[in-house]
Amino acid sequence: MTTNTIAAEPGVAKPDPILVVDGLQRTFGGLHAVDVDHLEIQRNTITSLIGPNGAGKTTLFNLLTGFDEVDAGTFSLNGESLVGVPSYRVARRGMVRTFQLTKSLGRLTVLENMMFGAPDNPGESLSGAMFRRWRSAEADIEARSRELLERFGMDHMSSEYAGSLSGGQRKLLEMARSLMVEPDIVMLDEPMAGVNPVLTQSLLEHIKALRDDGRTVVFVEHDMDVVQEISDWVIVLAEGQVIAEGRPEQIASNPIVIDAYLGTQSNG
Amino acid sequence: MDWTEILIDAATASIGPVAAAYALAAIGLNLQFGYSGLLNFGQAGFMLVGGYGAAITVEHGGSFWLGILVGIAASVVLGLILGGPTLRLRADYLAIVTISAAEILRLIVRSGWAEPLTNGVFGIQGFANPFFDLNPLATAGRYGWGDFTFQGRQLWVMIVGWSLVGLATLLLWKLIASPWGRAIRAIREDEDAARALGKNVFGYKLQSLILGGALGGAAGMLLAVEQQNIVSDSFLPQLTFFLYVIVILGGAGTILGPIFGAIVFRFLFQFFDGFMAQSQAEGWYGDLLDATDAQQIKLVLVGAGLMALMVFRPQGAFGNREELLIDDN
Repeated sequence: MTTNTIAAEPGVAKPDPILVVDGLQRTFGGLHAVDVDHLEIQRNTITSLIGPNGAGKTTLFNLLTGFDEVDAGTFSLNGESLVGVPSYRVARRGMVRTFQLTKSLGRLTVLENMMFGAPDNPGESLSGAMFRRWRSAEADIEARSRELLERFGMDHMSSEYAGSLSGGQRKLLEMARSLMVEPDIVMLDEPMAGVNPVLTQSLLEHIKALRDDGRTVVFVEHDMDVVQEISDWVIVLAEGQVIAEGRPEQIASNPIVIDAYLGTQSNG
Repeated sequence: MDWTEILIDAATASIGPVAAAYALAAIGLNLQFGYSGLLNFGQAGFMLVGGYGAAITVEHGGSFWLGILVGIAASVVLGLILGGPTLRLRADYLAIVTISAAEILRLIVRSGWAEPLTNGVFGIQGFANPFFDLNPLATAGRYGWGDFTFQGRQLWVMIVGWSLVGLATLLLWKLIASPWGRAIRAIREDEDAARALGKNVFGYKLQSLILGGALGGAAGMLLAVEQQNIVSDSFLPQLTFFLYVIVILGGAGTILGPIFGAIVFRFLFQFFDGFMAQSQAEGWYGDLLDATDAQQIKLVLVGAGLMALMVFRPQGAFGNREELLIDDN
């Protein structure tokens, strides 16, 4: 899906949006953490969300994925409203997120982490665990988990505790685990933070592979080189508002963005 | 000092009816605390409503078997009432609510206001006759070897009690090995990660609290049936903390931990009880300790013994040290 025909202006409409946000507001006391008039995420693209510290990127993620409640506004996934939908139902509808501070399940093994991600497991309900036959479904889930682990180059550590992995490996595991849900859209909150350069490169390849599988990726990132390298589209957030949108090369030369990062020169 | 008597008493206590009841309640607590990470500080309250549910039903004309159903239902309802509002909040709230609810329940049950129902501080006696009517053993006969014996009625409670412990252990073993068990362990590690993967965290926590609480209710009934007597002061907050000691001693989040913990805890408790009583009677402490003081020192010794165990084996008997050392994030 190409983004070449889309105009580089905040709130621009896109041909096939998967996620549409309207008038979204979230305030903490007097602070407008998020105040987005209109925003669309194009399906099957990699969209990066950038902005200075405190711009509201993570808050926006929290709102969209049901981890925080909006004060006003609407947003919808695949045309269905997500307002007031609890986080676990958002995930079931096809939008899965990761966290800035990695949430690996430390005292579960890597394989268990993966298998836990699988949806619709018949043995996962209390009555199902007691009375239903879940072993064959569980075997399928295990096979799928091992396949994904292999793709992420983690198959050799499948029986290790996730808590014993390095920070970068945990990021990788969290991303792989989110794929177990078979999401339409993956929201990655700083997937590259604290990851060594070699692993960063492999993470980037995996993110591109997600798009090539037909998924949509939205991610928060600070490293502009990374953003330039893999984004199809960039959204710039500052003080809770979308101040610019465009293809990476358009954003890099946008004076509003440079101002937001470096501070506006005072004339007075 | 008669060491044989002390040891035999301790051994008797370690597998006696009380140990079975403690093990059963500890299995429930282990599901909540060890596997799901729920801080239930009111397991004594679940035991209380289980025991009183049964006793009150019988006292007011219901059959003993109906009483058992009422007791279990009461602990399930308590789980719903306590878990409903608190399990969506941070873990600390459940701890605060459960510990105070258990105390409130105990104080209500012993109050004059509730006397028509609960007989106040005197409690309810003799409600378990149908249970003892089923006893195939001679009620007053003694069974065992040498000085190590149990009364027929006691042995009957033990047989039923330990069978319940066995069934509960099997149930838990099956559940923990299932995807449901993996889900509650995952929630113990990180609730938000579970939510982000589409899991209904609240539902799982409520199920765990209720299931563990129902096992507590059954244990409370077992204690009451054994004594043919239920009084509110059997359910002091320290009972809950004894159960925590048992769970941690055996290894939190292990299948056999609660059984082992209950046996060792009851052994140590009775051992120090006998030792302090005898040494005091023989005048070891002169005028320093009277008989009551000696009983207090017993608790200090039990505590010191448990501390020593924790220093040398912090993961408990069946725990995995590697797992204990994982410091998440």
